[in-house]
Amino acid sequence: MSDLRTPLARVKGLGSARDGTSHFWHQRLTALLLVPLVLWIGFCIAALPAEHGTLVNWVQQPLVTVALLLLVIAVFYHAQLGLQVVIEDYFSSHARRTVVLLLSNLLCLLFGTVGVVSVLKIAFGA
Amino acid sequence: MSNNNHPVSPHLQIYRLPLTALLSITHRITGVILAIGSLLLVWILSAAAHSAEYYAMLATHLQAWYGQVFLLGFLFSLYLHFCSGIRHLFWDVGYGFELETVDLTARLVIVMALVLTAATWIVGRAG
Repeated sequence: MSDLRTPLARVKGLGSARDGTSHFWHQRLTALLLVPLVLWIGFCIAALPAEHGTLVNWVQQPLVTVALLLLVIAVFYHAQLGLQVVIEDYFSSHARRTVVLLLSNLLCLLFGTVGVVSVLKIAFGA
Repeated sequence: MSNNNHPVSPHLQIYRLPLTALLSITHRITGVILAIGSLLLVWILSAAAHSAEYYAMLATHLQAWYGQVFLLGFLFSLYLHFCSGIRHLFWDVGYGFELETVDLTARLVIVMALVLTAATWIVGRAG
């Protein structure tokens, strides 16, 4: 078998997209991280308190703050990776796909940041 | 290439999707639903960060019947994607490819998603 790749490209193993299997791998890592976090937040959402003070006191517990930050970051990273696959599959026009992809990535970054800032603001009592 | 009358193979609208194929597309659909639905989480957090009044307003809507229907739908989507995702993780490490296993785990995913939704709902409302 002839191989047109250079020895350096072979040993790096990054393929034509230049980032190898990192997309696949990060999606699995965030999925694994989300397994315990989803089981936890599911119950929290169903038991959401009606009083503002109750929620604030809950978020301010250090473990809850950390778990919420991890959750928000993992959720929006996982969502960004997943939406990317769906968009790449269903948008055949290159221009349209690029625009939708950029928009999707931007929105994930935006809402992830809003989530993180909100948790920090509650946690530090502003 | 000019002959367009050649017989074509039956396609999606003729085949009845097997359960596994149905779950596969459901995993995608629930993924997109959850990406949009997770804005709810951000909404709740930012409402609480904003003010007590705004949070109270949101909580009132979430406790109304339409809010509860929305939450229940969100939770079911979440658990369906969660269980189906765990099935995918097992496939990723090389387990569960036998046809009987695939069929069994497909049913298990649906049952577990229903059980988790019901359990969450009951515990959440009691607590």
